[in-house]
Order: sequence, then C-alpha cells, then structure tokens
Amino acid sequence: MSTIEIIIRSLLVLFAAPVIGCIFAGIDRKLTAKLQGRVGPKLLQPWYDFRKLMSKENIVVNKYQNIYILFYVIFIIVSLLMLFLEMDLLMIIFVYTIANVALIVGAMSTGSPFSKIGSARETISMLAYEPILVFYIVGMYMLTGSFNISRLNAADKPLILYLPLVFISMLFIMSIKFKKSPFDFSTAHHSHQELVKGMFTDFSGPTMGMIEFAHWYEYVFLSGLMFIFWKQSYVLGTLLSIFTFIFVIIIDNITARLSWEWMVKVTWTIVVGLSIVNILFIYFNNVRIV
Amino acid sequence: MSSVMSKSPWIVHMNCNSCNGCDIEVLACLTPLYDAERLGVINIGTPKQADIMVITGSVNYKSVDVVLNVYNQMPEPKAVVAVGACSCTGGIFHDCYNVIGGADKVIPVDVYVPGCCPKPETILEGIAKAAAMLDEKRAEMKKKIG
Repeated sequence: MSTIEIIIRSLLVLFAAPVIGCIFAGIDRKLTAKLQGRVGPKLLQPWYDFRKLMSKENIVVNKYQNIYILFYVIFIIVSLLMLFLEMDLLMIIFVYTIANVALIVGAMSTGSPFSKIGSARETISMLAYEPILVFYIVGMYMLTGSFNISRLNAADKPLILYLPLVFISMLFIMSIKFKKSPFDFSTAHHSHQELVKGMFTDFSGPTMGMIEFAHWYEYVFLSGLMFIFWKQSYVLGTLLSIFTFIFVIIIDNITARLSWEWMVKVTWTIVVGLSIVNILFIYFNNVRIV
Repeated sequence: MSSVMSKSPWIVHMNCNSCNGCDIEVLACLTPLYDAERLGVINIGTPKQADIMVITGSVNYKSVDVVLNVYNQMPEPKAVVAVGACSCTGGIFHDCYNVIGGADKVIPVDVYVPGCCPKPETILEGIAKAAAMLDEKRAEMKKKIG
C-alpha cells in the first residue's frame, strides 16, 4: 500500500465511517418502525440525538467513568483504522476487545445495580462470542498462511466458499455484537426497560453522545468483518455486509429476549461446533487459497 | 433559534400517585397508532439521559422524595410536563390529608396538560410544547456560560 493510499484510507475511516454508521443507525430505526407498522423517526434521527446529547449538562457519578469511555472511543477507532489498513486480524480483534473491556469497566465503575447487571451480562456475552472470532481468524490463517488481511488480495477465491459454517456462526455472533434481540440483555433499548438502560444507565449528556458516536464506528467495523468474507469483490463484499445488517434487524424484530444461560449454551455447543467442523474440514483436506 | 433540543426530546415517565389512567394514555402515545417516535420522542428509562419529565398523579408525602430525586438527576436543560388533572392541581384528591397537591408544589412545571384523563393527542402536544421550551432554555444556558 502506498503512502497516499494509507492517508486516503485513514481519512475515510475518520470522516466517512461515522457518517455511514449514523445512516446505518437511522435505517435501523426506520426499518424497525416500518416492521412495527409505525411511521418512525427521520433518517438522520441518530445525528439529532447525538447533537442534543453533546449540548446537555455532563453529570458524572465518579471521575473515572468518562476516561474509560474515552478509551472505548479511541480503541474502536483504532481497530477500524487497522481493519481499513489491512493489518493483522488477530491484533485487530485484540484492540477491539480492549475497547469493549473499557466500556464494561466504565459501566462497572458507576456502581448502579443496573449498570452492574448490564456489564456482568456483557462480560458473559464476550465469553460467548470471542471463540467464534478466534475460529474465524484461525480459519483465515489456515487458508492463507498469514494473519494479515492484505494477504487475501493474492487469493483468487473468497473466504466464504471455504468458511461457510464460520460465516453462519459469525451471523449469529453479529446479533450479539450489535446488542440486538434476542441477545440484548446487557442494554435495554427503547421500549423494554426492566434493566432501565443496562450498561448505559449512569452515562449522561456528552458521555452518552460519545458512546453513540463510537457505536457508529462499531457498526462499520462489524460490517467490515463480514466484508472480509468476500474481500476480492467490493460489490459482493458490500452486499454481504448489507445482508448481515438487514438480517440482524429482522431477527431483532421477530424475536423476544432470551436469557444469557440460553445464549452461552447455544454458542458453546452448536455455534462453536459448526466452526470446529469447518476448521477440521480445512485441516484434513489441507485446503489453501494462496 | 436552533432546534437542537426539540428534534429529539427524550422523556422519562414518572408516576407519583396516579390511578394509572394517565399512565396508560402516556404509553398509548408510544404505540403505533400515535407513534411519538416520529417526533424523535423516546421513552427512556433513566432520568440521566432524559430531557422531559412526564409526571402523572398528585404528589403525596410518600412520593415527594422520589420526584425530587428523579428531577435532580436530570441534566440541564430540562422541562416538566404535568399530565392529568391530579398532576396539574391535585384533582379530586386535592384536600386529602396525605396529598401535598399538584406537581408544581414541589418542582417547576413548564406545561400543564389538563383532563381526566387527557387524550394521547393532547399529551403529544404538551410534549411538543415542552420540547420547544427546551430550545429557549438551551439558549439561556448558553448565554449564562458564554
């Protein structure tokens, strides 16, 4: 990658990614409203919410919570930057995990029982999705012989042809990662409030705005992870990302919330099993695409 | 005046001592029939992220601490909408031995929505009026700081 391309990609991440993420969030709310037979908010409603949150008073419970959120935002942006610059996928997932841990610790530090329940449940969901991400990385390594995403440019076949079961597992994981139903037990959005607001109960004003801002980056990051499955073609890769996004929203609307025990049971048996079968197939047949 | 606040008023719903009639009408605003979300309204659980407090029922000596606690947790700029006759004046409970009176006896109320119980359209209009007031409050807040 030339220096100019690196600069262009970095600028794209810093300025275009939040715009795309904001529109994603807007489409999410609009589509949800349509599925429920409502008119729904404007497409740019997440931007209006963000603008409003940034102009509110900042009430904090203790002096640490905002620092953790700052780390969350920074590490999400760094992980997206690394993904766009086609760096080491293993390292990207590590950086992304640091961001999520920062959010959990930040929510934990506020001391409200609702944030504590929310962050404890988020920790459990990390336990559920991390193995699948690792299997994804292992699968890519076995196929290309490298953890570097840039190595995929040399491959002529897309990853999804050899990792179909891992792709299905990743679809499952996306529901957890987008914090959508049936796995939205760490935060409670909009109409279901028995957790008040889960992890985000004690964040207000600009801090909550920063969390929303980081969510936009996170949406693009998660779509990027699905894009890599068909990295050879921009059109098909983007289609995969969009398919994932629509799939997650529809599942969100047609399912009710499940308990975290159910999620751990299913991910650690069926979903991890699917990924292992896929990895074993590659291992025994010694498949390589580069 | 900028419409930063009025485009996304998030409400926190507080039941002081209501008979639940007004609460049901407030929740009816959020259903697909009236769809408050098209105005950007979200019924948020935590007062720390709310802009407008929708209060139903008269305030009594048991609920006064809770009302003040919820009100004080809301970040500035904030507004209060009193929904229903009880919340506006105390209603038919105004001379009960345990009732303090309407919500305005303990916290500053910006918009009164009378009725027993008010129609969802009226409540939505009250919320929209309070949202417009939030813009003025933000302008005042900015003047005070800068």
